[in-house]
Amino acid sequence: MAEELATSEPPSEPLAAPARPAPVADDIPLLRIDAVVKQFGGFRAVDRLSLDIGAGEFFALLGPSGCGKTTLLRMLAGFETPDEGQILLDGWDIGKLLPHERPVNMMFQNYALFPHLSVRDNIAFGLKRAGMAASDIVARVAEMVALVKLDGLEKRKPDQLSGGQKQRVALARALARRPRILLLDEPLAALDKKLRESTQAELMALQRRLGTTFIVVTHDQDEAMTMADRIGVMDKGRLEQVATPRQLYEAPASRWVAEFVGDINLFEGQIEPRDSRLAMAPRLTVTTRDAGTVYVAEPRQPVTRTSVCVAIRPEKVKLSRYGPAPNTDNAQAINRLEGVVTDVSYLGGTTTYRVKLDSGAVLRSSMANTARIDIDAYSPTHRVVAWFTPDDCLVLEQ
Amino acid sequence: MTGRPLSRLSRFNVASLALGLAFLYLPIVILVIYSFNASRLVTVWGGWSLRWYSEFFNDRAMLDAAWMSLRVAAVSATLATGLGTLAAVALSRGERFKGRTLFSGMLYAPLVMPEVITGLSLLLLFVALNAERGFWTVTIAHTTLTMCFVTVVVQSRLGKLDRSLEEAAMDLGCDPLRAFVSVTLPLILPSIVAGWMLAFTLSLDDVVIASFTTGPGSATLPIRIYSEVRLGVKPQINAICTLVLALIAVVIVAASLATKLTSTRGESAAPL
Amino acid sequence: MSARRIFAGPVRLAAIAPYLWMALFFLVPFGFVLKISLSQTAVAQPPYLPVFDLTEGLAAIKAAFAAFSLDNYRLLVSDNLYVLSYLRSFVVAAVSTSILLLIGYPVAYAMARLPQRWQGIAMMLVIVPFWTSFLIRIYAWINILQHDGLLNQILLALHIVPAPVVWLSTDTAMYIGIVYSYLPFMILPLYATLAKMDPALPEAASDLGASPQATFWLVTFPLSLPGVGAGCLLCFIPILGEFVIPDLLAGSDSMMIGQTLWLEFFTNKDWPVASAVAVVLLVLLVAPLALYDRLQRRQLEAAR
Repeated sequence: MAEELATSEPPSEPLAAPARPAPVADDIPLLRIDAVVKQFGGFRAVDRLSLDIGAGEFFALLGPSGCGKTTLLRMLAGFETPDEGQILLDGWDIGKLLPHERPVNMMFQNYALFPHLSVRDNIAFGLKRAGMAASDIVARVAEMVALVKLDGLEKRKPDQLSGGQKQRVALARALARRPRILLLDEPLAALDKKLRESTQAELMALQRRLGTTFIVVTHDQDEAMTMADRIGVMDKGRLEQVATPRQLYEAPASRWVAEFVGDINLFEGQIEPRDSRLAMAPRLTVTTRDAGTVYVAEPRQPVTRTSVCVAIRPEKVKLSRYGPAPNTDNAQAINRLEGVVTDVSYLGGTTTYRVKLDSGAVLRSSMANTARIDIDAYSPTHRVVAWFTPDDCLVLEQ
Repeated sequence: MTGRPLSRLSRFNVASLALGLAFLYLPIVILVIYSFNASRLVTVWGGWSLRWYSEFFNDRAMLDAAWMSLRVAAVSATLATGLGTLAAVALSRGERFKGRTLFSGMLYAPLVMPEVITGLSLLLLFVALNAERGFWTVTIAHTTLTMCFVTVVVQSRLGKLDRSLEEAAMDLGCDPLRAFVSVTLPLILPSIVAGWMLAFTLSLDDVVIASFTTGPGSATLPIRIYSEVRLGVKPQINAICTLVLALIAVVIVAASLATKLTSTRGESAAPL
Repeated sequence: MSARRIFAGPVRLAAIAPYLWMALFFLVPFGFVLKISLSQTAVAQPPYLPVFDLTEGLAAIKAAFAAFSLDNYRLLVSDNLYVLSYLRSFVVAAVSTSILLLIGYPVAYAMARLPQRWQGIAMMLVIVPFWTSFLIRIYAWINILQHDGLLNQILLALHIVPAPVVWLSTDTAMYIGIVYSYLPFMILPLYATLAKMDPALPEAASDLGASPQATFWLVTFPLSLPGVGAGCLLCFIPILGEFVIPDLLAGSDSMMIGQTLWLEFFTNKDWPVASAVAVVLLVLLVAPLALYDRLQRRQLEAAR
């Protein structure tokens, strides 16, 4: 059945909304959001935002609450209309269409299951509206019920279901019409932690099997990192960065993204003129107030400003009593900072340390607990050397 | 449901609740008991009897008035439910439209407007229009008053309804009208039924507006009861009042059963 | 354009019928009341002058406008009967509302403290009398309060009074009737605010050392003030224009304004004066009505 779904054609005729022109060229993305603006009163919820999403992608919109991600999603569904700009689906402008005219379906945050209808009727709701034949509806509902593993619950009403079951019904209902794009608004927010993790895996498997484009809105970065092929980080109605989870974490485009995604140490400083003695090594020298001189690997894009910020993820910062052993391949770990451990937080898989540097600034280090008994553990008041390689840190201009 | 334990109720709480409810119910209970009194003297107990009921059923004028009241109540409640539901939808789903403030003002004001003013103003309108006063003028007057109550009842339900249900319906292919009919309407049906009931009983109860708007020879039951009561207590009135109470009780029970059947599990069927 | 706009078309259509209905049967009639309050009394059918006769053209209408006068309003100010009626209405409404609050608050408070399961039942019990006929409930009190009624029988049997007390046709009877009829209107808004209140707030107050009395007066009561306001207005405004209760239960020596209007209209057949009485009452009600409208709207907006 999985193959059948994956290879099934795009929406059959009754489901397809008003005639849409055939794609003009192959290089048109499935969804193109072009300079879209949405204002509420004087407030710009979405501010000249452009984004392309390809067919079959699992895309996540990540951002703090109020960043405009939900407004963007609601514009894709048709509940809001852009004030400016276009939303193109296969090159066809759907920006002004009403929700029921779009080949796009949404899974609502609180699921929005119709309380007066059974599971079966909830799933069949959109199919009936599409004028599908009764026998086809029965078959499609059965297919959907099997797909989300709801067998035996077809006759129940929504308030007789658990949270996880409701989530599955909402998913089945939205997928039943075989939308071109499935929009998911905080799909897992209402589930508890354990259920959330297993559901994440199921959503990913489902998406891979169906090949449908998923766009998920979430404020939970672990969720976005786990599930999405690409993540768009939003703030104040704009996209700060669109990248794969790894790029987002290891190469954040701005100081804001670096601080929003994961934990990070930041030191402000000035780039020094190139030192002739180090001319061989492709690295920058940054003089910081809090961490002294830091050597950073030369970024791919040339740095245009001299006033920058050096960023190091805590897990890239190693601690030891005496610094890196000279005979290891850490020889190039030329960034050494000395300080005193002030706080130790044991988190199971990792332990994080707060080290008060001699400059007075605080550096965070996170180390994996690879052994059950750690003879190297540090305690508060221990004097340590914190070190990291130039490749492990980056310069941020904003 | 996380009810707070009963032990937190102080004796003062229990006493005030008991006294309050006794105050509300005792007079009605006494009235019902006395309607079965065989004695002509209202206050002397002469044993159980259905005498006053049979007297009512032989009183042509009273029966006519009762029939008139029932027709007015049924027609006006139905009109009011239709209009009030439309008004509630317009108020809770409409963006600002022209005259919205005036609209909501016109719908809320009659709820507290002294009945003498409403009655007088409607009568003056009917006189100016040269309308023959009788069944239809009373019905129109009652519709005007009760549709405001229906609006409030339905609007409060609409306000509590999750907006994303309608959005989900549209997302799944309904145009706005279709979404309303297939999702919103079934969910607010209990409140519409409650609104009808309320309109029916309010119409059945009204003396003042009916007195202004009715014409000669078409008195409603409350008008007749009122004029009898002014002359003093009569055992027959006790019987009529008990019958009206029974009718209202039947309407409430029937409607709350209907509400239970149409509403989903766990939703309360409270009529207001 | 926002989500609401999607509904705008159908919603505008939905508004048309009720809008026209209320305009024709609620707003326009006030125009007639105003017009007739400016007319003269006449022994005719209808009993006022001038009557618009559109068949006689513009000249007749001009003549009609010229005949308008403020005589009826002058009468209202100069004749003590009307001023006293208005005053008595305000006093009765204020006293009744205070009594209602004193009785209704403890009941609503106790309801809000019931276990959840019982709260619904208690609310039904308060609502049901509101559904039963108002006239019948007043009549039930006449049964009890009359000369040889149940109340006097009990008082005599218990030797509390030596002879039957006159209850009917007194202000006491009227207040009992008003309080009885309007009690649900007071209890329900009070209960609604008290039940919505976060139970952690009074708990926090007592945790911080407030006695039960202090907790009530410093936390619970101030937070319930919106309900107090709604309940009081919901009672005060209609009581002001009350007719049936004072007519059946109070004495005939002093009248509330609703009775005066009724008397002018039905007994004296003086429609212009009755209309003037209504216009003045309406003007006096504008402030409390506006306040009520604001409260109502805020509550509905909060429910959204």
